[in-house]
Amino acid sequence: MKLPLFMDNQSTTPVDPRVVEAMLPYFTEHFGNAASRNHVFGWTAEAAVENARAQVAALIGGDAKEIVWTSGATESNNLALKGAASFYKKQGNHIITVETEHKCVLDTCKRLQREGYEVTYLRPMKDGTVTPQMVTDAMTDKTIIVSVMAANNEIGIVQDSNAIGAAIKAKNPKTLFHIDAAQAAGKVPFDVEAAKADLVSVTAHKIYGPKGIGALWVRRKPRVRIDPMLDGGGHERGMRSGTLPVPMIVGFGKAAELSKDEMGAEAIRLTALRDRLYRGITSKLPEVYVNGTMEHRLPGNLNISFAFVEGESLLMALKDVAVSSGSACTSASLEPSYVLRALGAGDDLAHSSIRFGIGRFNTEEEIDFVIDLVVKSVEKLRALSPLWEMHQEGIDINSIQWTPH
Amino acid sequence: MAYSDKVLDHYDNPRNVGTFAKDEGDDVGTGLVGAPACGDVMRLQIKVKDGRIADAKFKTFGCGSAIASSSLATEMIKGMTLDQAAEIKNTQIVEELNLPPVKIHCSVLAEDAIKAAIEDYKKKHAGK
Repeated sequence: MKLPLFMDNQSTTPVDPRVVEAMLPYFTEHFGNAASRNHVFGWTAEAAVENARAQVAALIGGDAKEIVWTSGATESNNLALKGAASFYKKQGNHIITVETEHKCVLDTCKRLQREGYEVTYLRPMKDGTVTPQMVTDAMTDKTIIVSVMAANNEIGIVQDSNAIGAAIKAKNPKTLFHIDAAQAAGKVPFDVEAAKADLVSVTAHKIYGPKGIGALWVRRKPRVRIDPMLDGGGHERGMRSGTLPVPMIVGFGKAAELSKDEMGAEAIRLTALRDRLYRGITSKLPEVYVNGTMEHRLPGNLNISFAFVEGESLLMALKDVAVSSGSACTSASLEPSYVLRALGAGDDLAHSSIRFGIGRFNTEEEIDFVIDLVVKSVEKLRALSPLWEMHQEGIDINSIQWTPH
Repeated sequence: MAYSDKVLDHYDNPRNVGTFAKDEGDDVGTGLVGAPACGDVMRLQIKVKDGRIADAKFKTFGCGSAIASSSLATEMIKGMTLDQAAEIKNTQIVEELNLPPVKIHCSVLAEDAIKAAIEDYKKKHAGK
């Protein structure tokens, strides 16, 4: 086993060697501009791009013509929300999203608010899920877009996109449904038709493809319109100008194809590893809490809080293992994870959270190594923790008059 | 974020971890500062003999820099008079541990913990 080992596959993933292999010829031999219409270099590049378009579309059940290449999910989410809000502003000015969305959705919504749109931020249930009724209750005749992610990046919660989409369309077929599927696509079954989606954001680097390439799926029947954010050569049916990064697109296509083919078996393998990790830790450590439901969760995701131990200090002890924490100390803002706070976890548990993201290249041997290291480290840090000592003595931490600083 | 060697040293081998026995009561002053919701809580205890800090112990819930700051604080104050210890400034801790700007609050908390422990000791002995 090679150290340090990577178990942070919700942040990004290594590029699968099979993907790299598919990409390589498009850096050198087939380097043409896919927009060059009058020579074979352009045609070869264009054929590769169209092949990848079909591969990515197939992963989410869409049509190849509905794929718009972007630089990643952040751009896709920006383009979907800003583009649709701008195009449909005569129809209404209200947007609905969820407090636990990715920052690129939340901050896009905040910008739209400054421009005069009204945004409702739904607070999910304690288990992280959003019910269809929560969405429809917030809808008004001015609601132009609802944006609810398919799976959450921190806690791995998988929303019932199909039920949410059905409820939105039953209430108002004109309201657009945008789904950030960056974490879900390729990991759990997801289908744009089943979800009655209008706009879907995906990205390559979460599914063992390269960084810097993503896509926005834009429904054609009935046709969904968005105003572009970039002006230029009118690539991608006028929705996203810019010369296409052909090697990256080929890589995204290959990564999508592999994920689709291997999803079933891989989900079973990852779920078994995840459950082994969870059982291994909780059989040896008390006061460990899962953040979000275990029932509707990405196969490889485990987000747990180790009460009375601060997350960053635990990351220090786990220095041979790359995982992440919702602790304030690991963020530039010194605020603990807004996702965990939205679940009502309590700030102290948010500070104590660790996200394990198990992926394609993790092994059972690595899981067992991590279990031992986590148990040893938490025990060491609890021996250092005044809160743990108080808890052992039966003192209720919440009964103490703390002085926030 | 990269940690300084000194932070790593205190984190790996924290000095003076622990709690004084409850029956040592009167000689001990305890400072408990911070809040779980903020992600750091320090408890620093001093044992005073003949006006000097004969021994000090700590326990900290917090990031590596918070653990290192309180560990260092216990080392610094041992042997000092209460007045000397009360004069320790957080900047001394920042300098010694090479704390980056985002971790300065850890040193402030350690300074507060020293002061709170001294105050607690003095309160126990007020009017004696």
